[in-house]
Amino acid sequence: MEAFTRVTGIAAPLVRINIDTDQIIPTLFLGGTDAKGYGAHLFHGWRFLPDGRPNPEFVLNQPPFDRAQVLLADRNFGCGSSRERAPKALREFGFRAIVAPSYGGIFFNNCYRNGMVPVELPIEAVREIAAEVDANPAAQVTVDLEALKVISPSGKVYPFTAPTTLRGMLLAGVDEIELTLGKQSEIEGFREKDRARRPWAYLPSESDP
Amino acid sequence: MKTFFEKVWQDHVITSLGDADLLQVDRLVLHELSGSQAVRALAEANRKPMAKEQVFTVIEHLISTRPGRGPTESASKSGPIMIETTRRASIDWGFHFIDYNDPRQGIAHVVAPELGIAFPGATLVCCDSHTSTVGGVGALAWGIGASEAEHVLATQTLAQSRPKTMRVTFDGKLQPGVYAKDMILALIGQVGAQGGIGYAVEYAGEAVRALPIEGRLTLCNMAIEFQAKYGFVPPDEVTLEYLRGREFSPKGAAWDAAAAYWLSLATDPGASFDLEVRVDCNTLAPQVTWGTSPQQVTSIEGTVPRPAEAADEKALGYMRLEAGTPLAGLKVDVAYIGSCTNARLSDLRAAADVLRGRKVAPGVTAICVPGSTPVKAAAEAEGLDRVFIDAGFEWHESACGFCGHIGDNRFADLRVVSTTNRNFEGRQGPKTRTHLASPATVAASAVAGCIADARVLTLSPALPQGGGRNAFARRGSA
Repeated sequence: MEAFTRVTGIAAPLVRINIDTDQIIPTLFLGGTDAKGYGAHLFHGWRFLPDGRPNPEFVLNQPPFDRAQVLLADRNFGCGSSRERAPKALREFGFRAIVAPSYGGIFFNNCYRNGMVPVELPIEAVREIAAEVDANPAAQVTVDLEALKVISPSGKVYPFTAPTTLRGMLLAGVDEIELTLGKQSEIEGFREKDRARRPWAYLPSESDP
Repeated sequence: MKTFFEKVWQDHVITSLGDADLLQVDRLVLHELSGSQAVRALAEANRKPMAKEQVFTVIEHLISTRPGRGPTESASKSGPIMIETTRRASIDWGFHFIDYNDPRQGIAHVVAPELGIAFPGATLVCCDSHTSTVGGVGALAWGIGASEAEHVLATQTLAQSRPKTMRVTFDGKLQPGVYAKDMILALIGQVGAQGGIGYAVEYAGEAVRALPIEGRLTLCNMAIEFQAKYGFVPPDEVTLEYLRGREFSPKGAAWDAAAAYWLSLATDPGASFDLEVRVDCNTLAPQVTWGTSPQQVTSIEGTVPRPAEAADEKALGYMRLEAGTPLAGLKVDVAYIGSCTNARLSDLRAAADVLRGRKVAPGVTAICVPGSTPVKAAAEAEGLDRVFIDAGFEWHESACGFCGHIGDNRFADLRVVSTTNRNFEGRQGPKTRTHLASPATVAASAVAGCIADARVLTLSPALPQGGGRNAFARRGSA
């Protein structure tokens, strides 16, 4: 996975509740088996007018937020569908971090596997940072996963917590599958004992004779 | 003293990773929308599936529902390549493969219990947030991303942090005309769309124990709509009765051993949960959503509420509704029965009971997409297809259909009353305004031409019948 340590950049305020992954990238644009090609459709329904032109009222179409690397949102961001194209679309657009009070659980895990950190801060903190950004849109916000801190443009520091396992993987940019395959003997040992205990969980394959 | 969840989780821990556990995955279910990405990524990394016999693929997300559909027919432009990629990889790698024309085909979460792919105490994952549906047969099941699916393919394991536990107790008895869909919508309205974040949810109580498996599947289906990744009803005799003799269920002595084990997984009396929630079912009325989040829901006897926060105002703007408007009587353009939430045989029967001898109102498009091909066949065997068709419904092949907008614009800019699980902006098409409800409510609304209370129709024989007028609406249409 792509590693992430810290980012300092423009922060776009989209402080709404329950922004679901159908809004982040509509089902219509999930086509293809590729790992890339989704950033162009990020927030499609909000970002573009029916004739396809950018909607000037949407925050990500307003400089400097079109270069934003941090997204400020309200609770339950990324709820709904499990589509991993949602974090992929955000990452391709340029985002490296999201700051919100809470996240949809599947989306939260998917972010870590796409080089992006979902930071949990109380809504009061998100609003304070958003207010600073409103006053000075070009100001920079820092999200530091190593130090577990968000730093507002004025220098106010907001500590946060992150799951140890996922954080470690993202900081190191590990190949998670490689890491797990390193535990192959433990996995095989478990399966052998489990098969004796719960034989019904293991099936012969259709392609076996 | 342990909860069902704690027993099942513990059963699957291979090793602790600190704040997460590496879990054994008993069943991986793939479909062509996200499964195609996982199989391609695995192949590109030169890796192979670790336990092909524990992987099942169903073609269901993008495949057309048109009667007589072809092998790659899809409303999605990329549908054919995604279907073909998934089909090819599933055959080449030797997964259990259920193709578009297999008599067992259907929506994965409907098929998995029907075939016994899901079973009590199983860990089952799928690239779909509604995977928790199969918690209705006592599986611990949850939705994952494509990267996680690739990890499962390669290792048959998944690293997961352990959630907190919540028990939702549904007290009392449902009144006639009130269903599992109404229970879950009422719960989401009560706890909010974020109320389940970080929790695994056990459904309990008199009303849950009284539900047949199909109703339990509906209840578990929408756990993710309040952001609980996991929702389940621990197994009981009803569960065993349902699973006995299914294709992948254990047989003979193996069944006896499994059944005894499964019953032992029930939550111990006195085991404690991190959070307890109660819902009273005695007074529960049919529920209908009015907004763009499933938490924006009210009784069918209710009115569109005054906005409590900015999101409510935005939702009312999108839905083109005003506070104070009664839900019943709101004119609809489309009535849709389908999806992993509410398209099983009991759902079709409930709708058919409303539709029998009645007609869909002029100007309303009414569509039924059975949840699986076996559901469709069973419905046809008891003549339900004739009831739907005679009433004016379209009768389709099984797939995910119109639950999500993959390219067919039939619902664009229309108001839809739907048995599905999501009323998000644009979920069923551009500017489509979706109201979630039970199959009975959708059928009654199809006949009335407006959102309508099925109880008024089916429980009050004195009222006029037949379509063409808002015969039993409470108010004029908005």
